[in-house]
Amino acid sequence: MVPILVFLLAAFAYPVVQLLWLSLFGKTGTPTLEHYERLFTVPVYFTVLRNTFEIAGWTTLLCIVGGYPIAYFLATTTDNARNSLILWVLLPFWTSFLVRTFAWIVLLGRRGAINSLLESVGLTDAPLALLFNMTGVMIGMVHALMPLAVLTMLSVMETIDRKLMPAAATLGARGGQAFWRIYFPLSLPGVAAAGLLVFITSLGFFITPALLGSPRQTMITQVVIQQVEEMLNYPFAGAIAMLLLATALFVFYLYDRALGMTTLAGGGTQSQRGADERGPVARVFGAGGAILTAMLGRATDGIAIFWEMLARRSAERAPRVSGRLALRLAVAVLLVFLAAPSFFIVPVSFTTDAFIEWPPRWGTLKWYTAIVEHPTWITAITRSLIVGAMTAALAMCLGAPAGFFLARTSFFGKTAAMSFILTPLILPRIIIAVALFYFYARLGLIGSPLGLVLGHTVLALPYVVITIMAVLKNYDQRLDQAATSLGASPPRVLWHITVPLIRSGLIAAFLFAFVTSFDELTIALFISAGVATTLPKQMWDDAILKVSPTLAAVSTLLLVFVTIIILAAEYFQRCVAKPN
Amino acid sequence: MASVEDRWPAVHQPKLKTKDLRKTYGLVVALAGASLDLKEGEFLTLLGPSGSGKTTMLMTIAGLVQPDSGEVWIDGRLATYAPAHKRGIGMVFQNYALFPHLTVFENIAFPLRMRGASEATIRQEVARVLELVQLPEVGGRLPRALSGGQQQRIALARCIVYRPSIVLMDEPLGALDKKLRDQMKLEIKRLHTELGITVLYVTHDQEEAMIMSDRICLLNNACIEQIGSPADLYFRPRSVFAADFIGESNLLDASVAGIDGNDVTLNAAAGALLRARLDDGHNVRPGDGVKLMVRPEMLSMLEDGVSADNVLNASLTDVILVGGVTKTYARLADGTLIAATGLTRGPLCGLEKDASVRLGWAKESGVVLSREGPAV
Repeated sequence: MVPILVFLLAAFAYPVVQLLWLSLFGKTGTPTLEHYERLFTVPVYFTVLRNTFEIAGWTTLLCIVGGYPIAYFLATTTDNARNSLILWVLLPFWTSFLVRTFAWIVLLGRRGAINSLLESVGLTDAPLALLFNMTGVMIGMVHALMPLAVLTMLSVMETIDRKLMPAAATLGARGGQAFWRIYFPLSLPGVAAAGLLVFITSLGFFITPALLGSPRQTMITQVVIQQVEEMLNYPFAGAIAMLLLATALFVFYLYDRALGMTTLAGGGTQSQRGADERGPVARVFGAGGAILTAMLGRATDGIAIFWEMLARRSAERAPRVSGRLALRLAVAVLLVFLAAPSFFIVPVSFTTDAFIEWPPRWGTLKWYTAIVEHPTWITAITRSLIVGAMTAALAMCLGAPAGFFLARTSFFGKTAAMSFILTPLILPRIIIAVALFYFYARLGLIGSPLGLVLGHTVLALPYVVITIMAVLKNYDQRLDQAATSLGASPPRVLWHITVPLIRSGLIAAFLFAFVTSFDELTIALFISAGVATTLPKQMWDDAILKVSPTLAAVSTLLLVFVTIIILAAEYFQRCVAKPN
Repeated sequence: MASVEDRWPAVHQPKLKTKDLRKTYGLVVALAGASLDLKEGEFLTLLGPSGSGKTTMLMTIAGLVQPDSGEVWIDGRLATYAPAHKRGIGMVFQNYALFPHLTVFENIAFPLRMRGASEATIRQEVARVLELVQLPEVGGRLPRALSGGQQQRIALARCIVYRPSIVLMDEPLGALDKKLRDQMKLEIKRLHTELGITVLYVTHDQEEAMIMSDRICLLNNACIEQIGSPADLYFRPRSVFAADFIGESNLLDASVAGIDGNDVTLNAAAGALLRARLDDGHNVRPGDGVKLMVRPEMLSMLEDGVSADNVLNASLTDVILVGGVTKTYARLADGTLIAATGLTRGPLCGLEKDASVRLGWAKESGVVLSREGPAV
């Protein structure tokens, strides 16, 4: 427990605080608020700020509206169906943002897949402008973040007792009333948590607006990158970081007031407060919510009754389950939206054309040969693999003991320690990246693989700790007690009993940490400094210049590689879940 | 809200009737043609081991599971595929399924709101049932602030508040500890008599079924094994399964030697001639292989010189003082272990292991069962 806290304090908290501190001083070292003033008074920055919040807001809304049916379906279907369907959410979740963004370029471009399809069936004469505008950015961002929304909502929905809906039905509630009055209010903490995570994550986005948007969709992170890379203006970058942080904290505060923090930490819907002890905010929401859900219930049932009149449902015949069918259809469409786009990259990587076009002219491997023959790609790939492996190893050394400690003991400040470990997951990454850049610059770690490993470990630790805690939750500790009573010393219990039993979970945690690093761009963007270029950084540099079929080829390789790793991690994790 | 009187059907008509209900999940047959009648005001228990189809049957009646074939009639109306919310059936779930985000009051008010009752009626009715389950003070609390037994009572209150035509209970006492369970058994029984409601109850606990039910429907392997009063099932089981599942029983292998009216003579595998009585309409033939079932408390250890209709020689293996009763285990000549239970009369003395004893019983106490399959 101590090593992980020391590590996070040194490699994460200290640099971040330092950066924020920096934003309060002028060039001469005197305390000043000039950087903040500049942020709010220079019109360009203000527009960017407004853009950022607007895009983040819409992304959040669309992710939740689209993600809710998926999460609901996954939470209410059979275990087998869920296990196979959830892969369609997990795959895009772990597929590189870069790869997915390239896929949308293939799909949405003037001569992309969607426009050529629309034109070939004669729906449109001229290509629709889907790319390099708000539409493109929204599609890209919603696609990027919906899996996060789905998984967050699912974790809450899975804690809702499945008997409640049948219970409501026997008490006389139609489907609509039962859903809106019972299920929806119970799933609200999940919706709020999803909204929170999606909103905060999208505040820090830059890949999607940079590649799919126009300058009018510039987001605040792009300004940070520009300020640091081109002008080395740390204090101003620090001020922006502070603003992002303040926003994030404010959203957290609102969330906590309304629902309590327990949900976010995976505690389910059971807040400890009674009905009478709720805060004023919660009570207002409660009263308004009850009326709203009742109305929504009536409205839904109205539609259902109308539908039944058309379908003439009776007690003598088995009805067709039309409601569930509609849900299935919606979920199928949404899952295709999530999972399919990445695969459009594949055919493009075999095109004989020099640029990305749909349909591609098949029949060459020259883009793949180009990668193999080009030393920059090979070194980038090798470096990414090495950094990934080292990150995973370091994260395991620090995270596994912490996971054990958190899962097995209760101590004063456990929640605080847990929150601290999870912070890198919910803080906009750009803050960590810039802070580390400034910190490393004075330690001489810029451009070194070690710097990358340390930075990536900060990001990978939350995943490792969460995975290990999840595995240990299902672990019957009486097995350890049995081993002890049979004469095994604690280290031997660990080695002969615990580790073999949770081996699959440990492997899964390792792979998650590896992928986190292997896929990471934000920190690499700063720390690699053009010297220690990783694969995502190389792809980004290329994409800024021109999106070429070479990128499609690299993306295809990456897609295959990450898919294999995720499937492997999933497989191992399921091995743990099974034996009960 | 319809009052109770509105829905009272003609007296002779069953409250609930199922006909040949069948349900399969893939290759697994969950229910293989179950037919059942439930009378007005009756307390009927579906009893059986896990996987015997009792919960499937309950769910089908509640409308939460759709049968592959067969019919469900409620109050004389065909309701096989009617949606659950239109059946007017009340159901108490195994883990209560109280809505965790609603207060106790709102939980109980829920079915009334669904039926569009006025605010005044709701207040009055909720207060009435809270009084009925003896928890008038807890309306403002959330379910999780209540103990298991209290949650159980609230689940009951929520179920009876709208005076449903039939109340279904799916192992409602499964999550309680023994003492609370005993208390709630009597509580449910009291509500049943007091309110005159019709109850269909599911349990795998035979004691629960014996204490509470008017009739028990014994299920095994997706089929109804036997329906009858607790006494029927106990004294006149119609199959080896029924005899074995309910209470303790001694099952002796035998073959039919001769039949005279309702009297039957059997050659026991243990090497004795045994006598028993058959029910009217039996189909036992001389030479049939059968099992003779005798309850342990019907056996007594015979003193020297005393005789009985049936006598078996055995050697004592164990005498166990359970409390009010003493259990005696003895081994017959063919190795069969036999148990006899008697009231405890005093400290165990004079009985040594391997002592030779004589066990006797009256011919009316034995029940002849065919070895496998249906009763004879």
